Amino acid sequence: MNASGLITRRGVVGGAVLAGLGGTALAQGFAGLSESAEGFAPVVPGRTFAFPADHGPHPEFRIEWWYVTANLIDANGGAYGAQWTLFRQAIAAGGPREGWANQQIWMGHAAVTRQDIHRFAQAFARGGVGQAGVEAQPFHAWIDAWEMRGLDPVSDENIAPLELKASGADFSYTLRLGALRPLVLQGDGGYSRKSLREQASYYYSQPHYTAKGILTVDDRPVDVTGMAWLDREWSSQPLASDQSGWDWLSLHFNSGDKLMLYRMRQADGQHYGSGKWIAPDGTAEQLASADIMMTPLIFTEIEKRKIPTTWRIAIPRMALSIECSPLNARSWMGTSFPYWEGPISFAGSHTGLGYLEMTGY
Amino acid sequence: MTNGNPKVTGPVLQVAGLTKSYRTAGEEIAVLRGVNLTVAAGETVALTGESGSGKSTLLHLIAGLDAADGGEIRLADAQVCELSDADRAEMRRDRLGLVFQQFNLIPSLTVDDNLAFQSRIAGRHDMAWHNELVERLGLGRLLKRYPEQLSGGQQQRVAIGRALAIKPLLLLADEPTGNLDEDTADEVLALARDLVARSGCGFLMVTHSARLAATLDRQVNLHAGVIA
Amino acid sequence: MKRALWTLAVLLSHWRRHPMQLATLLIGLISATALWSGVQALNQQARTSYDRAAATFGGTRTAMLVASSGATFPQRLFVDLRRAGWPVSPVLEGRIQIEGRSVRLLGIEPVTLPTEVGNAPTIGKAGLQSFMTPPGEMLVAPETLADLKLAEGARAEANGALLPPLRVQPNLVPGVLVVDIGIAQNLLKMPDQLTRLLIGKAVGKRAPLESIAGDKLRLIEPDAETDLERLTDSFHLNLTAFGLLSFFVGLFIVNSAIGLAFEQRLPTLRTLRACGVSARMLNGVLVLELVSLALIAGLIGLVCGYFIAGALLPDVAASLRGLYGAQIPGHLTLKPQWWIAGIAISILGALAAAATSLTKALRLPLLATAQPFAWQQAQRRWLTYQSALALAAFAAAGGLLWFGDSLMSGFAVLAALMLGAALILPMFLEIVLSIGQRRARAPLGIWFWADSRQQLSGLSLALMALLLALSVNVGVSTMVESFSRTFLVWLDGRLAADVYINAANDEQAHEIMAWLRERPEVEAILPGGRADTQLVGAPIEVLGLPDHAIYRDNWPLLQSADNAWIKLRPGDAALVSEQLARRLHLSIGDRIGVPAPGGNWTLNVVGIYADYGNPKGQIAVNFAALTRRFPEIPLTRMGLRVASPKIPALISALQEKFGLDDRNVADQATMKAESTRIFNRTFSVTAALNAFTLGVAGVALLTSLLTLANSRLPQLAPLWAIGITRRRLAVIELLKTMSVALITTIFALPLGLLVAWCLLAIVNVKAFGWRLPFHVFPLQLLWLTGVAMAAALAASALPVIRLARMQPASLIRIFANER
Repeated sequence: MNASGLITRRGVVGGAVLAGLGGTALAQGFAGLSESAEGFAPVVPGRTFAFPADHGPHPEFRIEWWYVTANLIDANGGAYGAQWTLFRQAIAAGGPREGWANQQIWMGHAAVTRQDIHRFAQAFARGGVGQAGVEAQPFHAWIDAWEMRGLDPVSDENIAPLELKASGADFSYTLRLGALRPLVLQGDGGYSRKSLREQASYYYSQPHYTAKGILTVDDRPVDVTGMAWLDREWSSQPLASDQSGWDWLSLHFNSGDKLMLYRMRQADGQHYGSGKWIAPDGTAEQLASADIMMTPLIFTEIEKRKIPTTWRIAIPRMALSIECSPLNARSWMGTSFPYWEGPISFAGSHTGLGYLEMTGY
Repeated sequence: MTNGNPKVTGPVLQVAGLTKSYRTAGEEIAVLRGVNLTVAAGETVALTGESGSGKSTLLHLIAGLDAADGGEIRLADAQVCELSDADRAEMRRDRLGLVFQQFNLIPSLTVDDNLAFQSRIAGRHDMAWHNELVERLGLGRLLKRYPEQLSGGQQQRVAIGRALAIKPLLLLADEPTGNLDEDTADEVLALARDLVARSGCGFLMVTHSARLAATLDRQVNLHAGVIA
Repeated sequence: MKRALWTLAVLLSHWRRHPMQLATLLIGLISATALWSGVQALNQQARTSYDRAAATFGGTRTAMLVASSGATFPQRLFVDLRRAGWPVSPVLEGRIQIEGRSVRLLGIEPVTLPTEVGNAPTIGKAGLQSFMTPPGEMLVAPETLADLKLAEGARAEANGALLPPLRVQPNLVPGVLVVDIGIAQNLLKMPDQLTRLLIGKAVGKRAPLESIAGDKLRLIEPDAETDLERLTDSFHLNLTAFGLLSFFVGLFIVNSAIGLAFEQRLPTLRTLRACGVSARMLNGVLVLELVSLALIAGLIGLVCGYFIAGALLPDVAASLRGLYGAQIPGHLTLKPQWWIAGIAISILGALAAAATSLTKALRLPLLATAQPFAWQQAQRRWLTYQSALALAAFAAAGGLLWFGDSLMSGFAVLAALMLGAALILPMFLEIVLSIGQRRARAPLGIWFWADSRQQLSGLSLALMALLLALSVNVGVSTMVESFSRTFLVWLDGRLAADVYINAANDEQAHEIMAWLRERPEVEAILPGGRADTQLVGAPIEVLGLPDHAIYRDNWPLLQSADNAWIKLRPGDAALVSEQLARRLHLSIGDRIGVPAPGGNWTLNVVGIYADYGNPKGQIAVNFAALTRRFPEIPLTRMGLRVASPKIPALISALQEKFGLDDRNVADQATMKAESTRIFNRTFSVTAALNAFTLGVAGVALLTSLLTLANSRLPQLAPLWAIGITRRRLAVIELLKTMSVALITTIFALPLGLLVAWCLLAIVNVKAFGWRLPFHVFPLQLLWLTGVAMAAALAASALPVIRLARMQPASLIRIFANER
């Protein structure tokens, strides 16, 4: 149930679809996130998911995203991270209109991280003309030259294999993602509630990807392999007004277990935690706020903000006590809506790799 | 008598071995060939000599308006020949009073302002002394007039007043009465002598008139480039 | 500091005693600054507008892609390019009719619009939603909103459709309406069509253009200089040249006023030095005095300049719109730099004008040399020196004429010519006056000529100013008159048809043509078409002329091959405009390759025609051949031959039947009137500046005479003493002034004609690309001579009247004081 916090996490980033337009001639951000969801479809429990249809867009909901993070390694053991994100936001309710009248705005973020560098890029597009969009069958999500495409024969249950492409001024990558296990519905059968305010999202993940491909930085291509994680989420609900940001992690244990964790930082100091432990056999364990202890250890100053880039995490119920360190403490996404997102590794009671995202600092 | 030049006892002016020549049309004419001259404080000296004898040249050299070729000029404690152009200007401003044959008043200033302007530039305008000068020179009713509205005698009285307004160490006059008739000349010179005595400065006057020269304490004659 | 202030007070007391001199000095500085900065304000205003235009969504500041054919292209190419990594943003441009006015409509796409596109409208926050989603918003500059007489938020109608509500964007370029791309496609009825793609600066991998768009799109690199700037350069250079001329005439006055004041203050300066003001202090204070005066005059001059610019702006704006289609806002907005530059130019000008006087003061010998003033000897030396300089200036003019090949060198020829003439003027006057003196018999006559000669040095600067102003006046009026005559004759030939129609689209054009064929009063329908392409890197127009006798009979050709019109028929020959022929050095028999959608179109040059007023190069080809080579051009224009009594009825029938307004159907007389009106305004600014310059020269003459009058009393007093009445003396003085002014004027006439020739044969050819025949207009010359004499009379009246009324006592005093 508590995984519903995710809606808030991605919700803010989704809201930045328009805030992000500061990168274009639109100098000002878009504050539409606090607007009411009136006219958009509500998120209600008991939805039956249908694939591949649900891999495609849900324009009757206000916000939606396709979000992939990958922990990669080259032949010499050098570690990399890669991020590929496509956000959709509707600026007006109602059925999708034709051509330029279409009310969807798309935003893409892509990044590559190494110990010594962090490169990122963003892209904006309007729906309706083909510059950006998502098609469920055959699966294809794209904005400009970036894309995520289902490779024949694609498994709808696994949403695999996929080809992932992105490029910026000084980096690019092409990855092939494969998964032999089905995707995981988050929350209660994909209905991910925000417990206190009845705000919720539809949410599923594919944490089981293996990744393989080529990653290029400054025109030097490197063969890489590793693991990746996909999040799919859509909703119409705005962000809670008293939440200043969040700290979110996705962890791949060397044992094959997966863990999604976050804590919402609230104005009243009552940080709200949640998580889901996914065993290699596919069984999942929901974690409550009381189960999770997240303690910042080391702060990094980036653009006059103090960001906790090293964490101690303890979940006594699961006998977990680890310390998470960033691959690159300066994994700063200096996009129109800036946040920290980068690969991490952890050790302690468990070892493995993962991704950390922190916003609102 | 406040803030004037300090009283000097002994000579205010000592000229020794002064030489000066001019080059005209390729020919060099030695005007001064070793002039020696001393003027004491409070002393009035007439410098005579025929036309072209170099009287005016000597006066100009003493005033620092021109540079000598050799010899020395000592004004109180200052070696005039060693001063820079700017220092000589300062010397004239603070220590010398100059009166010329052409009255050399500033046409756009009133009598009052003409009288005061050197002392103002020197930064030592003394209202009491100014008023005394006005009274003694008989300029009281003319103060608001412009030079062109004055007679020659009146203009020269203003020029003398201006020169004395700074209470100079030495008053230099170059044919000050040359443009005046005899009676006016006598009257103006009498005034000058009177004021010189009042201020206690030295007075060196170039004149070609033996009659006027005789009214001063001492007469020196410049002939063939030396003082006889 | 106190010393400096007292010294300054002594120097300033001079002006209190000579207020006229001060007025002269200030008038000179004020007029110099006013005219110069007025012209600069106009130029700046125009340039700012060009910048705004250039920066607006794909002016030339941004790299862009356009269709190779010059037409629109499918939106699919935009998506394909984005998908291939090109950071492009789509724009659709067209025109719509609002309230009978044709307005430029731009459709933009705010989400992909590159940040580098300056002056983009700030569509903030919720604004994006209202801008993009129907009905959207129509952004408009405040000036345009006022022109359209609409209120913000209003929804106008165009082509039967309701437009989006208007929203004001203060930094938007005037004359443009900006809407979302989708809305623009609807309004212009061009679904899925784009005019161009702006390319953002974002770097990244992008596929080669050809692999995505084939040869459909063409890349246009950004250009620091806008097309408008290039086209209007010559216009502004013209303005600047006039501003500069007025500035120099103003400085002439300043120079003479300062020179006179300096001469008069020489004794004062000496006395100051003798009383102990050091040379450095004195010069410092002289400069301080001058700079303070220049500061005051500069400020007043700037205010005057502002008003001059404000008064001229409507004409300048109209000329620029008429000639180049440039939109200039009708009210002045000035940058702080303008004020600073104006003050600086006033101070620099004053210092330059005072340079000789200041140098003299710096070198001022403490002891006045008692030499008698040998004015004759000095004057001869001065005349010889000036004449030598004049000859050097003439040589420079000749050299520039021979070797120069630019507009700048054209103006330099003019400048050198006029400088030389001004410098040689005193020598010329001296010669004329000494001839007069030699011829004279009566003693008073001899004195008359001799005294005039002596006055020369004092008057020469004013006379030079008069000469310059007059010759420029003669030159410019001759040019304008020549242009006017040529233009009207040319217009008669060019506007051969009786009625001109521009249909809304091809469909309507077909309907109109079909309807016209049924009308008996229509003697001929002459379809017209026009394509835009490029030749050797510059935009040109290709004009299609139907094969009809009316063109053969009326169309004015400057040069042509035999049977030029017949040679046009097969479509392998062209007539080229004079400016294009000059630019590309084309002559009859040459071949040109014109880029067309189907590949280069090779054409033989069979004729050259005048195309006055067109900043672009143009070629004329057979109409049928044009439509074959450029199949996508709109065929909406046509001309009609109609018997003149039936024209009004036909026009109203057309208007009623096809909903055409005044802009889309017009008779020949209206077209001619419109063209002439635009043409006339083009030179109205030049004419106004001309008048100003003449006025300033008149002031220069007046002030010179006034200052001279005082110093001349010693010369006149003896004559009065020997029994010549004051009245007679005054008449003699007047005659002297008038005679030197007349000699100057007579000298100015041939010089003015030379200036006109330079303007017509050099400056116009370089500036606009056409050469006009040179005509002399004797009546105009006579009139200008009259004006000059009137100016001289007015200028000499005051001093002469003063002399006539002078009290004998003042003359007596001359003897008392002067020694």
